[in-house]
Amino acid sequence: MSLLIKNAVIINADKIYKKAQDILIEKGKIVTIGDSLKKDGAKVVDAKNNYVLPGLIDIHVHLREPGREDKETIETGSKAAVKGGFTTIMCMPNTKPVLDNCMVIEAVIKEAKRVGLLNVIPIGSITKGQKDEDLVDMFELKEAGCLALSDDGKSVVNSQLMKMAMQYSKMTGLLLIEHCEDPLISSGGVMNEGETSTLLGLKGDPGISETIIVARDIELANYLDARIHFAHMSLRRSVELIRFAKSQGIKVTAEACPHHFTLTDEEVKSFNTNTKVNPPLRTKDDIAAIKEALKDGTIDCIVTDHAPHTQEDKEVDFDHAPFGMIGLETSVGLTVAELVDGGVLSWPQMVEKMAFMPAKIIGLENKGEIKEGLDADLTIINPNEEWIVTEEDTVSKSKNSPFFGRKLKGRVKVTIYGGKVVYEE
Amino acid sequence: MPNSSKIMDKESIARALMRIAHEVLEKNKGVEHLCIVGIRTRGALLAERIKECIKNIEGVEIPVGILDITLYRDDLTLIATQPVVHETLINFDITDKKIILVDDVLFTGRTIRAALNALNDFGRPANIQLAVLIDRGHRELPIRADYVGKNIPTSLDQNVKVILKESDNQTDEVVIKQRIINE
Amino acid sequence: MSEWTRHDLLDLKELSKEEIEMVLQTAKSFKEVSARDVKKVPALRGKTVAMLFFEPSTRTRVSFELAAKRLSADTISIAISNSSLNKGETIIDTAKNIEAMNVDLLVVRHSCAGVPHILAENVGSSIINAGDGCRSHPTQALLDLFTIKEKLGKIEGLNVAIIGDILHSRVARSNIWGLKKLGANVTVCGPSTLMPVGIERMGVNVSYNVNDVIKTADVLMLLRLQMERQKDKFLPSIREYAKSFGINSSKLKDAKKDLVIMHPGPTNRGVELSAEIADGKYSVILDQVTNGLAIRMAVLYLLLGTKEQAPVSG
Repeated sequence: MSLLIKNAVIINADKIYKKAQDILIEKGKIVTIGDSLKKDGAKVVDAKNNYVLPGLIDIHVHLREPGREDKETIETGSKAAVKGGFTTIMCMPNTKPVLDNCMVIEAVIKEAKRVGLLNVIPIGSITKGQKDEDLVDMFELKEAGCLALSDDGKSVVNSQLMKMAMQYSKMTGLLLIEHCEDPLISSGGVMNEGETSTLLGLKGDPGISETIIVARDIELANYLDARIHFAHMSLRRSVELIRFAKSQGIKVTAEACPHHFTLTDEEVKSFNTNTKVNPPLRTKDDIAAIKEALKDGTIDCIVTDHAPHTQEDKEVDFDHAPFGMIGLETSVGLTVAELVDGGVLSWPQMVEKMAFMPAKIIGLENKGEIKEGLDADLTIINPNEEWIVTEEDTVSKSKNSPFFGRKLKGRVKVTIYGGKVVYEE
Repeated sequence: MPNSSKIMDKESIARALMRIAHEVLEKNKGVEHLCIVGIRTRGALLAERIKECIKNIEGVEIPVGILDITLYRDDLTLIATQPVVHETLINFDITDKKIILVDDVLFTGRTIRAALNALNDFGRPANIQLAVLIDRGHRELPIRADYVGKNIPTSLDQNVKVILKESDNQTDEVVIKQRIINE
Repeated sequence: MSEWTRHDLLDLKELSKEEIEMVLQTAKSFKEVSARDVKKVPALRGKTVAMLFFEPSTRTRVSFELAAKRLSADTISIAISNSSLNKGETIIDTAKNIEAMNVDLLVVRHSCAGVPHILAENVGSSIINAGDGCRSHPTQALLDLFTIKEKLGKIEGLNVAIIGDILHSRVARSNIWGLKKLGANVTVCGPSTLMPVGIERMGVNVSYNVNDVIKTADVLMLLRLQMERQKDKFLPSIREYAKSFGINSSKLKDAKKDLVIMHPGPTNRGVELSAEIADGKYSVILDQVTNGLAIRMAVLYLLLGTKEQAPVSG
């Protein structure tokens, strides 16, 4: 089974190939990139007027399976992901039960393979049951297929435990992803602490709950010469700490979410529980800092933190609503509209943030680039198409998005995973 | 342009009120137990004037109260925005008193119905008599006035407007206007 | 006076100065009704008012209920604990179910900010916010404004100090909006741990010294210190709070002669204020309760105007 992509304007993290070329794919690999390629019996995809990007990679997704299949399943999440242009996603372990042992990890991998739309890599938890008490069996989780561990949803608060987790991660090669939040400081905050929370009378989460953990983990990483990856950075101060750490040669990487570079805490004024997210929406100044950090490389990648919740779960008061919003289907549109059109990132830089660096960070050697011999994971995007986000068009099982009605730019036309067309508009 | 015509001037209003004062005194055989309650806004002003007339005749000041009937209106559920509520000021016990209830224009009778209900909440008067400056007909309730300044036959598409210097900052008069019918 | 056009009362922030004054003026008329022997008028005959309380409250609920009854409205009272809501029924469901019984107005109290707003967007009945979380308690602020005006004859230019747990106080927030709109100078005063971030952006002065504040104040508005908050350790001790921020006669020796001291109740005597002050000449705490009834009657009356237009006949 071969696939031939005609008239491909290829964009890699290093450049845009000005001249349109053809890409021949066989047995899931990119075989040849060249002019006027021909292959008998090959399915042909014409990419004329579109850009062809390496398959996008989102290393921070919640699929809710097992345990909350009413919110999302591996199947529905996979469909949403390929519609959003992703060919690899990593799913977070805060499921029921928690992804803290080989059996659940293997079950997730098996189900993802059955669905078969894209590469789903489960992230194991750092502590058993995400209870911040005992480390998971890291060697075993690695063997089961994990590349990274995280207690996402909360921090590993116990510093001694985090130190040992880093020591183990160094030995196993597993990446640790830290959700940065000191729970005693955020203590029940439901939005960013500031003028808006004061006006709204909602409990504020002061940014220092995030930065304190960022600073602590930088210190641990420095002391141990270990790696740490910071999830969903939301604050200017966090970015400054990371920039400093990188300048010192400390092995830190970081990610940011589209909602943190597009929306401010003023959105909460609507009391729309779909604006309740953790870390919370911050201020204009923080948005500016996140954008600068994406531009100068302090923040390495863009992730969605896709966090589906049912209408029933969200249709409660703001205090009791769960944190999170869906994001897989809007990530490309928001990134193009806000960052590429906004002059923050070039197209190659967008590829760097959404494919190349994520592949590097988690160690996927055959992904993140369009190159002969690498995996045939490709995303074809119409860069100029503008579209409106609607609930009706959302394929994720949950519809908790604050972006309905918003105009985005850049539309995924075709998603190819392992040489197969897995999504076509 | 609405067609407007004056039907009473300052002097005829004063004469009518003086006549009403005489009739009240005659019918009630003096001022004993007598008090006046005017319906906001113009009824209250007329009540004050009738009190002055009685004072000029008898040399006695009888108590005057002001009644706001807004909360007793029967059309509260029909109108778009709630009418402004003003204070009711009746600083005397009305029980066993003879009340002269005063309003400017008697029309459907609904305002008087509301006023009677309101007064009822303040006590049990010996009797209530009604004095109006104008009776323009078209009653919708079995209510009649005991004292009338002037009877004026009107059609339903007309408005009767009593203008008093205290409330309207212009010389007293009563005018009839053709109501502008909404197209 | 302008016309009242609002369908809901959610927050004083959204009311204009004229609208606030209209409520106060209307309340003045209603205060007279409560002074009569027959304390009932037929204005809202046939209307139904439901008290939907997701957070326990006796005083506010009783005040609203009595106000509605004095206007001849039928009332029902529903207390719902948050726990029963977690069993699948959402707040909007609950409200819609009550509305389906043709209830004209819902008086809503909830421990979380924004619930009355969400209900107002989702149900057709009028909504009165009777307190939502730390955000807003508009009828309390209106009755406070009414009381100040009654006692001091005006609000513009007065120095009003709000003292206590500003962070968790919906009474403070609503009063700040109302007082600022009517031209008062507002100072908030309390322990720094109970001072919300960015409060000065609401146009108030911030002080941590009660003695300074008392010297220039025309009105001291004391807030209830919720003892259950102490589990979060905002204060070193209640005793020390009472000593530093509680109002007693020795702190008042430099106070203005016609100082007015207010408290939304229930008071913690010996904490926010001494018993001697609570019962003393400056205190208007019971007037606040009386005026609360008039304010709530006024608000119920104004909100229950209907949409249909019909001519007024005399």
